Amino acid sequence: MNQKKSKVPMIVTLFLIAAIYIAVFIAEQTLPSTSMLFTVLKKGAVYALVAVSMNLLNGFTGIFSLGQAGFMLVGAYVYGIFTIPVAQRAAVYQYFDGGIVQFTVPLVVAMILSGLAAAFFAFLIGLPVLRLKSDYLAIATLGFAEIIRAIFQWNGLGPVTNGSNMLRGFPNFNDFNITDGNGNVTVYLSTLIPFIIAGVCILLIVLLINSSYGRALKAIRDDEVAAEAMGINLAHHKRLAFCISSFFAGVGGAMLAMYQTTVQAKSFTSAMTYEILLIVVIGGIGSVTGSVFSSFLFVACSEWWLRFLDEKQLIGDFEVPLLRTGFRMVVFSVIIMIVVLFFRRGIMGDKELPDLLSRRAAKKGRAVK
Amino acid sequence: MSKATNREQVLRLENITMQFGGVVAINNLSMEINQGEIVALIGPNGAGKTTAFNCVTGVYEPTNGIVYFHGEPIVVNHPQGKMIKQYGGINGELYANRKPVAHTPDRITHMGIARTFQNIRLFKSQTAFENVLIGTHLRKTSNMFTATFRLNAKEEKANRKKTAELLEIVGLADVANELATSLPYGKQRRLEIARALATDPTLLLLDEPAAGMNPQETDELGEFIVDIKNRFNLTVFMIEHHMNLVMDISDRIYVLDFGKQIAEGTPEEIQKNPVVIAAYLGVDEE
Repeated sequence: MNQKKSKVPMIVTLFLIAAIYIAVFIAEQTLPSTSMLFTVLKKGAVYALVAVSMNLLNGFTGIFSLGQAGFMLVGAYVYGIFTIPVAQRAAVYQYFDGGIVQFTVPLVVAMILSGLAAAFFAFLIGLPVLRLKSDYLAIATLGFAEIIRAIFQWNGLGPVTNGSNMLRGFPNFNDFNITDGNGNVTVYLSTLIPFIIAGVCILLIVLLINSSYGRALKAIRDDEVAAEAMGINLAHHKRLAFCISSFFAGVGGAMLAMYQTTVQAKSFTSAMTYEILLIVVIGGIGSVTGSVFSSFLFVACSEWWLRFLDEKQLIGDFEVPLLRTGFRMVVFSVIIMIVVLFFRRGIMGDKELPDLLSRRAAKKGRAVK
Repeated sequence: MSKATNREQVLRLENITMQFGGVVAINNLSMEINQGEIVALIGPNGAGKTTAFNCVTGVYEPTNGIVYFHGEPIVVNHPQGKMIKQYGGINGELYANRKPVAHTPDRITHMGIARTFQNIRLFKSQTAFENVLIGTHLRKTSNMFTATFRLNAKEEKANRKKTAELLEIVGLADVANELATSLPYGKQRRLEIARALATDPTLLLLDEPAAGMNPQETDELGEFIVDIKNRFNLTVFMIEHHMNLVMDISDRIYVLDFGKQIAEGTPEEIQKNPVVIAAYLGVDEE
């Protein structure tokens, strides 16, 4: 065909990804499981999926939506409601007579249900909201996220959602570890499995983005009028993107539930959406690799690398000034401002990893000439 | 005029009036375009030419009138609600008991009307190749799942082949992988035409295809339009200001001034028409 691109960067990328997975597996078997590294990797994987799903909307379709936390909440709750073991329900739903859902479904089914529930909500919300443009749409979706949070905390729904009390006891990441009869872990999988789930979901999104439909979405982002004149049904394609993005946000919510081991509606605030938006912007709007990369960076900074700023540090007898609880967030904000000022289009712009590799190869080729 | 009578009618506008609030942008425009013709719509700036295009392609819903495409009414409307009182055109009661018909622009493109834009509207972040490839999206048979899981590889391959051929025909094969907006102006215009052709149209609407081109480029463009018209068995309806181009390639010309049609005829007739000369040629072309 006309578009003959070198396949080498693609293969290199695949090898890199495989290497990361192997490294994660090995690290998990060798390092102590309480290491901060695994917290970062697990939460990073969850955020990577949610960030990519948000990027599908904001970066690839040009729909500025801020409802991600709402869809994650739906996903997390659906996952929790359908997977809490029946034996534990009486304890969890202690104020609601054990709740009305008295069965469980397999974990994978529950995760897919989480996604479908979120997508269903997206479909309903999308009917009125997708007629709006840019800022108005952002505000409407933000409003939705707030409303859904209030509804899930409502006591009237208590038998299903446990009201404002938390859901707990459902399978979490640690249940992926393979144990022998005595409860000793033989193979650690609690980080690898989230990596695999997030990886598969992101792969699906990437495949969609590079398909005919993905091109149509990018066309809508670039120029709605021209896209419509090319026969692209705007309402249909926007709805599609909105539902798919929400589906994966729902799955991400289910994963977040597993990571946190508990779910409570009040933790899914708009601040969570902003965190994800920040990840998308820092990574580069319109770059999947950028989103993945920056979510790990973001989680590592906020949970791990900058932790020392919150505690008193002594160098010899000298106490470093300013360091106290909360100072971490100050430094963090400054870093974000620097990134936004100097990498205006994010770390990756709208490039993907293979693009970068092929550009380096092209440069080298020119140098040889 | 006579040479077109026994051909199939592709597009017919009947008493089209487009009113924005109190402003009558087009007043009772009627015209027809037959299979295989190149018809030009000319007129001074602000005469309502692009508005006429927008009424045909579904961007605007005309206040009154009917548009037929291959004999099918694709747009039907009559003044409604507040517009009944405000209506400033004529023939406002003609279609009062017809059910309004309106389609979104993408439906109209599906039916076989493709267009280009006066101010080039290419997809900025995409290469020339991808721009044309997007034009093939509307004829897809795949759904989202088959497309995601690459079960439509055959269709995708056919679309890519078609895109490559189209780029070859418009002479852009060598810049296929360049970013669309990095191309020189003339090539961007051609790319827009290629993208429109990718939607398999039977009627091509060109909105000032020669805008911003020098005389030589304009001549080449004229040949190019005739060439693609014959090659794809198209009918062409264009808005143009370059009189040389219009007189060279048009079969018939409609002249619009202040929203009203003031003349219609072959290039020779139009050139001699005193009304046109007074309104347009005499003033504009010195």
